[in-house]
Amino acid sequence: MRDVAIVSYSQSRSVRTERNQNEVEMLMPLIKEAVKNSGIPKEEIGFTCSGSTDYLSGQSFAFVMAVDAVGAWPPINESHVEMDGAWALYEAWIKIQCGEVDSAMIFSFGRSSMGETAETLTLQLDPYTLAPLKADAISLAALQARAGLDAGKWTEREMAEVAVRCRAQAKSNPDAQVTGDFDVDKLLTDPYLVSPLRKHDCPPVSDGAAVMIIAAEGAAHKATQKPVWIRGLEHRLDSHQPGGRDLTVSPSTTLAGEAAGVHNGAVDFAELHAPFSHQEIIVREALGLGPDTLTNPSGGALASNPLMVAGLARLGESARRIWAGHGSRAVAHATSGPCLQQNLVCVLEGE
Amino acid sequence: MSNSDTDIEVGLSAPHVLDYDYRRSLGPVLSRFFTGLRAGTIHGIKTRSGRVLVPPAEYDPETGEATTDEFVEVGPGGVVETWAWVETPRASHPLSHPFAFALIKLDGADTAMLHAVDAGEASAMKSGMRVTPRWAAESQGSIKDLSHFVPESEGSAAAPEAPADPTTDIVTPVHVEYTYTPGKAASRYLRGLKQGKILGQASDSSGLVYVPPRGACPRDGVPTSREVEVSSKGTVVALTIVRVPSENIKVDLPYCTANILLDGADQSFTGLLQECSLEDVRIGMRVEAVWRDASEWDYSSENIKHFRPIDEPDLPFEDIKEYC
Repeated sequence: MRDVAIVSYSQSRSVRTERNQNEVEMLMPLIKEAVKNSGIPKEEIGFTCSGSTDYLSGQSFAFVMAVDAVGAWPPINESHVEMDGAWALYEAWIKIQCGEVDSAMIFSFGRSSMGETAETLTLQLDPYTLAPLKADAISLAALQARAGLDAGKWTEREMAEVAVRCRAQAKSNPDAQVTGDFDVDKLLTDPYLVSPLRKHDCPPVSDGAAVMIIAAEGAAHKATQKPVWIRGLEHRLDSHQPGGRDLTVSPSTTLAGEAAGVHNGAVDFAELHAPFSHQEIIVREALGLGPDTLTNPSGGALASNPLMVAGLARLGESARRIWAGHGSRAVAHATSGPCLQQNLVCVLEGE
Repeated sequence: MSNSDTDIEVGLSAPHVLDYDYRRSLGPVLSRFFTGLRAGTIHGIKTRSGRVLVPPAEYDPETGEATTDEFVEVGPGGVVETWAWVETPRASHPLSHPFAFALIKLDGADTAMLHAVDAGEASAMKSGMRVTPRWAAESQGSIKDLSHFVPESEGSAAAPEAPADPTTDIVTPVHVEYTYTPGKAASRYLRGLKQGKILGQASDSSGLVYVPPRGACPRDGVPTSREVEVSSKGTVVALTIVRVPSENIKVDLPYCTANILLDGADQSFTGLLQECSLEDVRIGMRVEAVWRDASEWDYSSENIKHFRPIDEPDLPFEDIKEYC
């Protein structure tokens, strides 16, 4: 295995509606900043991989147009995944492991504000038996939350506590969207949005973009910041039929975490991609994270949830925290699909 | 497109709808399931380990092995495993009044299927409650032939008449609504069109002028911050004759679509070429935009009706070959 590190990361502020910039306009300054901080001249970056979905803007080949923000002349070595940027990072990491390139740029973008995201996400469901019922993302997450409440795995209060902690921690994150001090007792008097979920259990609708540059040893030391090494990276998935698995656990997260080597050392903090409050409880348990591990110091997806970006942002926020000196070993997690169907786990270490 | 002309820094927005149907073939397993629904029966399938999957699948998700060819009739009643109360249904939801989405384990099944439960109010819902199906009055050939479930206390419904032919494929409509915002560069371009101008933007690095602009120089990835008005006249650099009808095309067949390099631009621009015989269209031909009446101008490329030839000598291929 080659040692590969995150050498730079840039992200936009997460906002409810980015009205004035298209995807290319959002990405250009981020790419410029990430390239500069990587210390690697842009023309020397061996590979570019993006993660996004055209369904967010309803524009076919939006992902191709986004390459304008990189500058693709002379032609560049480029790829795309119709997934969160965390899986674009996985492809880029494999490409480096194969020895084809020594460095890569990963970018992702999502302007959820243009559509009805909960409903747009029904397009990812089984088209025969699920999608025609239009079970939106919030309703599916509510089925999962109720299953755990019924099984005694968590309470509505514990769910609210996750949301309150995430949004309080997000106060120190200048890019976060929903931040502040909220009172659990007061939140629990709010009406249900889709029972048993209340508004605070759900992520905001967010627009945002992120850019990351990774490099193998050698190239990694040109950066302005010390490399944050990717010590383990794996992703696994569960059945797409929500009725065919136990929604209160996440075996795919557990397997990915074991393969990534989560417990090969102490975990200082974890950035978990849990868009719904109860999902943080599931992922923590699946990864075997104890009470000593600070979870989602950035605020996580309950504070900022640009679709297709929020997973990559867990890795990026982890790197930023290590650069800031607040810990040296982190676990970052990204999810995709309904009810935590697919999960990626990455172990990161500072020098 | 909406918005006032004075607020130049606020991007435009417009409604945008994706609407299309997929016709999907079912294969033998799902064909059995969907044919059954039309007759008021629900079929699962046995895995090699003897579990019954509902809805049936061609493979066992736990092992990846093919399932057996043994179908099992399950239900029609079953037990709610978990549920979500939708107090404010969306227009696309299966029921228009408050209802529950639920995972329902039908009698005889080992997995739960997703569907809607019409229980009147949330207080009537409970995990573990028994429910029974209601069938659609008319078959749509979809999962919605099973309209929804109701509490079993409301009694079972008569099954619809069995269909003569099996269901072999289904239509799954996709309808997605957006409020599209094109960003700063495209908003400026569209505002220009409203005033009868074609505004490109020049690359900060190379000075190349892009029309329509998207805010970036695609060669270098740098902003295009300088606005440049380009001419309504230009040169044909590529063309095609369209002879196949398409739903969205409003002009008579056959017609010519051309890539036109407007004078002052470095990127070609697609337009209809009209007011000339199709035999005469050629690369290098000089053309001009024909605008609609100024009273009809909107934030739209449709302000330009089409392009037509002008009485100027053709440009030699050498001068335009980079764009052809």
